Formats: sequence, structure tokens, C-alpha cells
Amino acid sequence: MSKTSRRNFIKTAGALLGASLVMGLSSGMNSALAADTSTAAVNKTKLAVTDKTVKVGILHSATGTMAISETGSIQAEKLAIAQINAMGGILGRKIEVIQEDGASDWPTFAEKSRKLLVSDKVATVFGCWTSASRKAALPVFEKENGLLFYPTFYEGLEQSKNVFYTGQEATQQILAGLDWIAKEKKAKTYYLIGSDYIWPRTSMKIARKHIEQHLGGTVVGEEYAALGDTQFGSVINKIKLKKPDVIYAAVVGGSNVAWFKQLNAAGLNSKKQTLLTISVTEDEVLGIGGENLEGFYSAMKYFQSLKNPNNEKFVAEFKKMWGPKSVIGDVTQAAYLGPWLWKAAVERAGSFDVDKVAAALPGYELKTAPEGYVKVEKNHHLSSKLRVGKWRADGQADVVYESDLIMPDPFPKGYQ
Amino acid sequence: MFGYSMAEIGNIFVMQGFSGLSLFSVLLLMALGLAIIFGQMGVINMAHGEFMALGAYTTVLFSQLAVAFDLVNYYFVFAIIAAFIVAFVIGYLVEFGLIRHLYKRPLDTLLATWGLSLVMQQIFRSTFGAKEVSAELPAWLLGSFKPTEDIDIPINGVFVMGLAVVVTVGVLLFMFRSNWGLRVRATVQNRVMAGAVGINTKKVDRVTFALGCGIAGVAGAAFTTIASTGPTTGSLYIVDSFMVVVFGGAASVLGTIASAFGIAQAQSILQFFLTSSMGKVATLMTIVVILMMKPEGLFAAKLRK
Repeated sequence: MSKTSRRNFIKTAGALLGASLVMGLSSGMNSALAADTSTAAVNKTKLAVTDKTVKVGILHSATGTMAISETGSIQAEKLAIAQINAMGGILGRKIEVIQEDGASDWPTFAEKSRKLLVSDKVATVFGCWTSASRKAALPVFEKENGLLFYPTFYEGLEQSKNVFYTGQEATQQILAGLDWIAKEKKAKTYYLIGSDYIWPRTSMKIARKHIEQHLGGTVVGEEYAALGDTQFGSVINKIKLKKPDVIYAAVVGGSNVAWFKQLNAAGLNSKKQTLLTISVTEDEVLGIGGENLEGFYSAMKYFQSLKNPNNEKFVAEFKKMWGPKSVIGDVTQAAYLGPWLWKAAVERAGSFDVDKVAAALPGYELKTAPEGYVKVEKNHHLSSKLRVGKWRADGQADVVYESDLIMPDPFPKGYQ
Repeated sequence: MFGYSMAEIGNIFVMQGFSGLSLFSVLLLMALGLAIIFGQMGVINMAHGEFMALGAYTTVLFSQLAVAFDLVNYYFVFAIIAAFIVAFVIGYLVEFGLIRHLYKRPLDTLLATWGLSLVMQQIFRSTFGAKEVSAELPAWLLGSFKPTEDIDIPINGVFVMGLAVVVTVGVLLFMFRSNWGLRVRATVQNRVMAGAVGINTKKVDRVTFALGCGIAGVAGAAFTTIASTGPTTGSLYIVDSFMVVVFGGAASVLGTIASAFGIAQAQSILQFFLTSSMGKVATLMTIVVILMMKPEGLFAAKLRK
């Protein structure tokens, strides 16, 4: 099956599936709307729900090395919750937040998850950022039957009845971006570089398969730098020798800054070299400096500069709450979706009980997302679009490409 | 050879040689302050990385001021001096408030300075925020120097190299050509005797510790040209710093220089021929093997025990 027809097939199948789900659920919802919303009715599993309030947890790293990235998610979730409360809350109840600090330490995430679920009995948790923290917390959520909204784009290969993934899984982020750069830049040779842990390694595996099997290109180098490494001299020299058409990068954290600064200092700027990265959002640009990124491309589902009314409102309110200098990256936006999706699911289920909420959410279409339209699929991931942004010196990106809606496929066949 | 022209191989050889030297100067700047404190006083300063971060944050603050007053092209030199002074003063106070009570208990200094590093990290986080920040670099530090069309020598690398030379020469002059250095060396060799001939050994300790911290501050300032600064930046550097100092032989500045050079060249060359992470692994393995055969490090000071 050719690429276009496969995508159309997926789209049609997705639409049919979604439509049938929506119909099935809306008939159930009518009765839910008529039903009473007394605490006894909406809370049969002894959650922390009273007549006036409902408790939820936020579990991110406010301290430690990941605080850099997770702060934006905390801010977005708090903004969404404040907005929901201002609209009257959920089922007539205000949301109260219990915030716990995962402290960039994976066992702490598990421990705090248990605390939130067992002692605080929160109705849902918005949290985790790195895959490692999610993997640590996952068994707790499954054992205690909690609900987690996870915001980060990640490597896929996971699906849990207790988790909704509001970021993109790897194939959603990687394939369309590579297709675009292969077509747009007529790229044949690729150099893959990432930080040395599960997300870049899984992503590069998918990227390599796609380049070699579907784009007819070659991978001329594949390289992983230790987390926190700040010396890229030798790697850059290798790249200069191999002269790839495209550098495909997934370097994270402090290394990311060093990598782009040194790339530029070595004379490899966008005039000489095409680079597509899946690990730079507006948040990272703050540290890297727009001048070091100008002209390079990022593949993300969201950019702060997206032009649509939802996003303009979101950006304005985010800045009003967290200061005019704050920026919004891909994950921050995905984190913002969490509370809204949960609200929709609770209202559809007419209940806060985890099983009912989790069953009510798939099929839901969120039309007010800053990124535009998203839909929750059966596999608990979102259908979303992929955008390629070209960075400007001021740290914002011009969106140069927007894909069709892409179905999430956390267990991609032929890519593992 | 391998399908590349001789010119290409030559260019890469030049640039690769440079990247080895540039790594050498980075490692040297990192380790020098630590070597002085560890070598001369036997104190393992786990907060060394945080003093680097302190220097880096000072530079970032200066850069923000410079942007406000439109002095971006000139501030960097002053920022380096300020980074030294700030780290020196804080180091002086830390020695006075904390370290001097623990001289006879090396394991406790380890714990205490580690605690200090956590405190400093949290202070950075509360003051400057959790996100990484970068200094606005002057135009003369950006870009590359091109002796020929195909060779790019990063200017920030040249700058760090120059600074490493200046600081190292300064330290060597201080240690071996000044009265202060004489007192420091006397105290190291025989503390009681040094006291008996009228050297204020407590003051010597304090200045030595502060000097080590000050140099860490300069290193931090220099690293803003290479990487960004976050609250936990220091912890990334501390392992490399210790590796250089231990490998070089704890009590010797020359050993530190030799060790930084050896590690940098090995790592840079291995990373070129292997992959980035395997290059690091191979370097570490070599160090482990050499340290097994020479536990005192490359240049152990000959002390009468």
C-alpha cells in the first residue's frame, strides 16, 4: 500500500471508529446528564470528592535537574485548573490541587504517586515527564487503579488503561517530519545524534528504519552522547567529514545547549547544514539562544507561534498568569490538555470513578486545544498533527509544514 | 584513504587536534581549583562544581546588565574578574564558617561540602529559577576563525584555551614565585614547623581554599561560552574534575596539567574513531587500569610521611 493511501486508510478507519464511539457514548451520556450529581452517585470508589470540591494531584519535578523542563508543565496544568474552576469546576465541584515534587528522582515519583492515590485519594494525577519517571510510577497507578495524564512526547511501546498520553508517541513525531525533510530538501544521507537513553535510542531506531526502508536514504552515522556531556568537538568533526544532507538530532538537557553552540562555533550553521531536531521546543531555545538555532528545524505538534484563536487566547492567559517573559513549548501545551480532557471525561461519565472516566474518554474530540483539533483514541493516545517549525533568532518558530491528523501507533509494526 | 581526499583528512586532523586541545583546556580549568584545595589542604571539596556555577551565574548577571546598558562587547573580561572575586569571597566565608572546623575529619568535610553543594544548588534554583540560562556573548566570541576555506576553529574554544593558559601560569607563579606560595608550600610540607617559624597557617588555609574557589569561578565564567548554566550544572563537572585530579596525582599542579592533557587527547581521539559514549567508556577504562597500577596517580608528590 502506498504511503498516501495508507494514511487515508488510517484516517478513514480512525474517523469511523471515532464516530461509532461517539454515538455509543452519547446515548449513555444523555442518561448521565439526567442522573443526579450527588457525591454518593459520582464517587463510588471513596475518592477525595465532597459536595463542593474534588482533589487532584500534580506530580512533577519542581527541584532537581528535570525542574528545567517540568516547570512549564506544572504552570500549564495550574492554568487549566484555574480556568476550569473559574467556569464553575467539574460537576459543580471546584478542583483542589495537591502538588507533590518528584524531585527528578524516579523512585520518588513512585512513592509520591502512592501517597497521592492511597492517602490523598485524588481523583486523577497530572504528572511525570521523563519516561523513567513514568515507568517508575506506572505500577503504582495500575495497582491502586489511579488515573494519570502524561504530557511528554515519548518513545511509545506502552499503553495502560490507567494512563492517557497527551503528547505524541514516537511515530507521530518522527515519520511525517522525515517525510517532509526528504521531500523538501531532497535529502539522501542522514546523520543521527541523540543523548544516550531510552527515548533518543528508540526514536533513532524508528528514524533509521524509516529512512532506510521508506525514504530510500542512508544513515551515514549514528551517535549517542552521555547525558550531560558538553563536548561535541569530535562528533562535529566526524559530521564535517561525512557531510550528511541532514543532521537528525535528539540531544537533551544541558548537552543540547552545548551541542548547538559548538555546532555554530564550528561553522555548521543553517546556511551550510540542514538540521531537523525532535528535542528543541521554545523552552530549550531559551537556554540555547535563538542565534544558535536560526534556520534549523524542529518537528513538534505545537509551536507557540501557531496562528489560531484557541492558541492566541491560551498564550495570552499563560503570560498573564506566569509573566510576559514565559514561553510555551510543545510539552507545556500537551500538559495544558490534561485537565480539560479529564473534565470532559468526568462529565461524559457523570462520575469521578476512575474506571468510568477512563472508559468515557476515548473517542472524545477536543476542539479548543491550542494546537487545534485533537481526538482521544482507543489506545489512550491522541490523534494530532505534526508541524515543522523553522527557528527564528528571536526564539520563536515559523511553522513551515503541517501534516494531516496522524493516528497514534504506540506499537508500530516494522519499526521495532 | 577511506574515500576521502588528502586535503579533507588534513583539515580534519587540524580541527581534531584543536578539539583535543580545547577539551584539555576545559578539563584543566575545571580541575585546577580542585587540585589546589585537595592537593594543598587534603580537603575534598564536593561543592567545587557549585563554585563554577556561581562564577557562571555571575557572568550571566553581568551579561544581563551589559545588555541593559548596551555594553555587550566589553563586559566579558570584567565578568571573569567579578566571577573570581565573588567565588573567592564566598569560598573565604565557607572556609571560615564550615571547613576550618573539620580539618581533622576528612570524611566529614566530604559530607559537609556535599551538603553545601545541595544548599547552593537550591539557592541558585530559588534565585535564578529552575530553567537554564545563557549569557549573551559578545560578537567577538562567536563564530569561527577560518585559516582556509575548510578549516573552522571555534573562537570560543580559542578563548577558553587562552584563559586556561593565563590561569595556569598565574597559579604556577603564585605557588612557586610568590611569598604567599612559599607559605602555602611550607604549610603543606610541615604544618607544625611552618607555624613555629611564624607562618599563620590558618590564614594560609583560608586563602588557599578561597583561591581554589575563585579559580572555579573563573572556570564557570569561561564555560558560559560553551554551555548553558542551570542550578545543577556544577554536578555535571564535578566527576570530570575529580577524575583529572586523582589521575594526575592529588598533590601536584603539574600532574593535573599532564593528566588533563592525557585524558582530553585520549577522549577526543577515541570519540572520533569510536562513538561518543564508547570513547568515554574506553577513556575511563584506561584510567581505571592505570590507577590500579599507579594508585597514587601519575605524578605523586614525594612527601615524607
